[in-house]
Amino acid sequence: MLYVVMAFLWASILLYVIMGGADFGAGILEFFSTPNSKPKTQKILYEAIGPVWEANHMWLIIAIVILFVGFPSIYTTMSIYMHIPLAIMLIGIIARGTAFTFRHYDAVHDSMQRVYSKIFMYASVLTPFFLGIIAGGAVAGTIDTSANSYVSAYIFSWLGFFPVSVGFFTIAICGFMAAIFIIGETDNAGDKKRFTDKAKHFIIGALVLAVVVFIAAMVDGVPLSHWLFGNPISIACMSLAGVSLIWLWILLSRESTGPLRTIAGAQVTLLLVAITYEHYPVLINLKNAKGLSLIDAQGGPKTIMSLGIALLAGSGFILPFLYYLLYSFTNYERE
Amino acid sequence: MDDFIAARSQMALSLGFHIVFACIGMIMPFFMAVSHYKYLKTGNTTYRNITKAWSKGVAIFFATGAVSGTMLSFELGLLWPRFMLHAGPIFGMPFSLEGTAFFIEAIALGFYLYGWDRFNKWFHWITGVIVGVSGLASGILVVAANAWMNSPAGFDYADGRYLNIDPIAAMFNKAWFSQSLHMIIAAVAATGFAVAGVHALMVLRKKNVAFHTKAFRIAAVFACVAALLQPISGDHSAKDVAKRQPAKLAAMEAHFNTQTSAPLILGGLPDEKTGTVKYALEIPGGLSFLAHGNFKAEVTGLNAIQVQNRPPVAITHFAFQMMVGLGMFMCLVAVLYFIAIWKKRSWLQQGWLLKLFVICVPLGYLAVEAGWTVTEVGRQPWIMYGIMRTRDAVTPMPGVAYTFYVFTSIYLSLSLIVVFLLYRQVKMVPFLYDKP
Ligand code: HDD
Ligand code: HEM
Ligand code: HEM
Repeated sequence: MLYVVMAFLWASILLYVIMGGADFGAGILEFFSTPNSKPKTQKILYEAIGPVWEANHMWLIIAIVILFVGFPSIYTTMSIYMHIPLAIMLIGIIARGTAFTFRHYDAVHDSMQRVYSKIFMYASVLTPFFLGIIAGGAVAGTIDTSANSYVSAYIFSWLGFFPVSVGFFTIAICGFMAAIFIIGETDNAGDKKRFTDKAKHFIIGALVLAVVVFIAAMVDGVPLSHWLFGNPISIACMSLAGVSLIWLWILLSRESTGPLRTIAGAQVTLLLVAITYEHYPVLINLKNAKGLSLIDAQGGPKTIMSLGIALLAGSGFILPFLYYLLYSFTNYERE
Repeated sequence: MDDFIAARSQMALSLGFHIVFACIGMIMPFFMAVSHYKYLKTGNTTYRNITKAWSKGVAIFFATGAVSGTMLSFELGLLWPRFMLHAGPIFGMPFSLEGTAFFIEAIALGFYLYGWDRFNKWFHWITGVIVGVSGLASGILVVAANAWMNSPAGFDYADGRYLNIDPIAAMFNKAWFSQSLHMIIAAVAATGFAVAGVHALMVLRKKNVAFHTKAFRIAAVFACVAALLQPISGDHSAKDVAKRQPAKLAAMEAHFNTQTSAPLILGGLPDEKTGTVKYALEIPGGLSFLAHGNFKAEVTGLNAIQVQNRPPVAITHFAFQMMVGLGMFMCLVAVLYFIAIWKKRSWLQQGWLLKLFVICVPLGYLAVEAGWTVTEVGRQPWIMYGIMRTRDAVTPMPGVAYTFYVFTSIYLSLSLIVVFLLYRQVKMVPFLYDKP
């Protein structure tokens, strides 16, 4: 059952990156839209993510609950040493979710709309940035459990060149996924062209930032290239991701619809497989100590058993219902 | 500010904020379902308008409840890591089930809010009911988790180690039933009175009387039934507390000395140093009866509890009195309303009854906050009753006071915005829903 639980943890992280990422990306796209195109962008985005945004963010909750029930020492280590970025991320989540809802449901449309939009956009950029920092910090080996000063325990556990570069990279990935997602939701050639261009910009941005991440890894001594290219499975994943990126680019250039979303989703999946494969079963790397592994951190056998059963049963309810929701509301306008 | 106090205040603030939104998100869907059902059966468009107006409120509250809940799931670790390290695997079961229930709720809400005229009308209605049912399930589950902190179960504790963990037994701890039942009824009463009161105010002001009268009736019936049941369930809770947490009961009642035929103390200023209560009204034998069903029974007093294990008396006592007082008042209003419906229909036309409902708008929520203060402060100094002290659970990170200030300002501004938005919703009713 331990493996079922780990699989659910992995899958909910992946789904959060994809669905939550596209959701954050919606705000990032709005952020990078010109003033003229903003209202239009807002409208399309709203129609696309309005019905699904709460569901998108549930994946984060699922991952957190799996962590604190199943692997408590990982959850508490993160909570202690990543307190500050987690708190900032939470502020971002609160600000973004409420601003998005308030903007739509405010019965009077006046200058408050601008305030909501501002908050929504800034928080949409800030939150994935800190998510990236947290993810980067967790693997970078910067958490020092024997630190004896405030700064080295609670600040340099996450503030470093590598985590910050991962933060920027995450923003680009979110924007990229949102743009790809939105292309399928547009109903006229002009909008489609606009989002296709956006998608291309974000791809270029992500590639540039990926290079920065590699440089940062070298500077900070994070064995990133070993994780990504140190074993056959990771190499295969990375090459597939590279090839499919070229394919995606060609499809975008021809403005053909094609399986854009599937390719983008697959790329993120491949990237996550490549990184986690070499890492497994370690989730967090510590400074001067062994990493925290999922196998060592697991809660008691009955806990893992009932958690696994709850997750299996829960997904039996959730997945069909969720599929029908996504099916009913995305692409609705095109039918 | 001391970091430990800051952590406790931040936890209390976050929960006190979350619970208001959670209760509304949990109960309003049922009001909507009733009104929606009436619309589907009678075709009266006023009911459709009520349903739509309410559903906008629900969307606002639900989103705020969901994000504040997400905060909480992180805050448990941010503030109490040493507690979560041990407690997570034991009391996590209800949280993982809550995750499922909540996920279903979020999906169903997507269908419901955006599904008008898109789906079969009964399918659409059912999705609304599912929102309510899964919300209720989340509420019950999360309170079961809190009940475990009051009544730890499902593990053996030896030499500081937690052995033989059984999460199912932990979920069905001794307190889960009385707490969950009482909480759900409280949520119905609080939400019902808040909604009914707002509509009553609009009727009094002669605004869209047809719309607001119908809306008022639906909410008022829910509120009044719950208000009648609440003292019964509260009495059950009190008897339960007397058995499992005598220290909490003693603090609630400001009962300092163990004695038989213990009096019930109403009001008064408890003084922890001298162990006396000034200016109180005493009902002889009352406490013995309420706690154990017998006017002569012995009731454990605070003197039987070691000093370092005693909860703060004044806060607990005051909060308890406040909850019970508010509960009795709402119960009275409920009785009057039912008399009006069955015997004195003329009362319904008179302003005073509606005014009583307007007064009740905040009372249910005040009682909810007071009740939680009783439960949480009355459990002190324990975070896990009898096993782990709150002070030993707090995060080692210094400077929690600053996050507390930041979160306080966020919660304050969010509350203000939500009130502002609701005000605008109500103000816009004539323009949005009154087209002939
Ligand atoms: C509308 C709100 C409301 C009202 C009118 C009442 N309560 Fe209450 N009470 C709550 C809302 C609440 C609560 C917020 O829901 C609590 C906090 C924890 C819980 O499970 O319910 C609670 C807790 C709580 C507890 C502590 C349970 C524990 O720690 O396990 C007791 C003994 C009572 N209540 C008793 C009463 C009595 C005798 C009432 C008589 C009228 C009453 N309550 C009215
Ligand atoms: C599942 C539900 C809950 C859990 C898991 C929970 C957990 C906690 C924890 C860990 C603390 C900090 C330790 C302590 O001071 O006791 C706390 C404190 C507190 N909580 Fe709860 N709580 C829950 C529900 C609530 C709710 C709904 C309220 C609503 C108002 C509330 C009010 C408080 C208060 C007032 C304190 C501070 C107690 C003090 O300062 O003495 N709690 N709770
Ligand atoms: C319909 C009712 C409710 C809704 C929609 C709701 C919403 C949420 C959400 C979205 C979370 C995030 C974590 C998760 O889902 O597991 C959460 C967590 C939490 N809620 Fe609520 N909630 C509800 C009822 C309540 C009630 C009645 C209480 C207090 C007694 C409460 C206390 C908590 C606490 C302590 C957490 C953090 C623990 C966790 O990780 O699950 N909630 N809530």
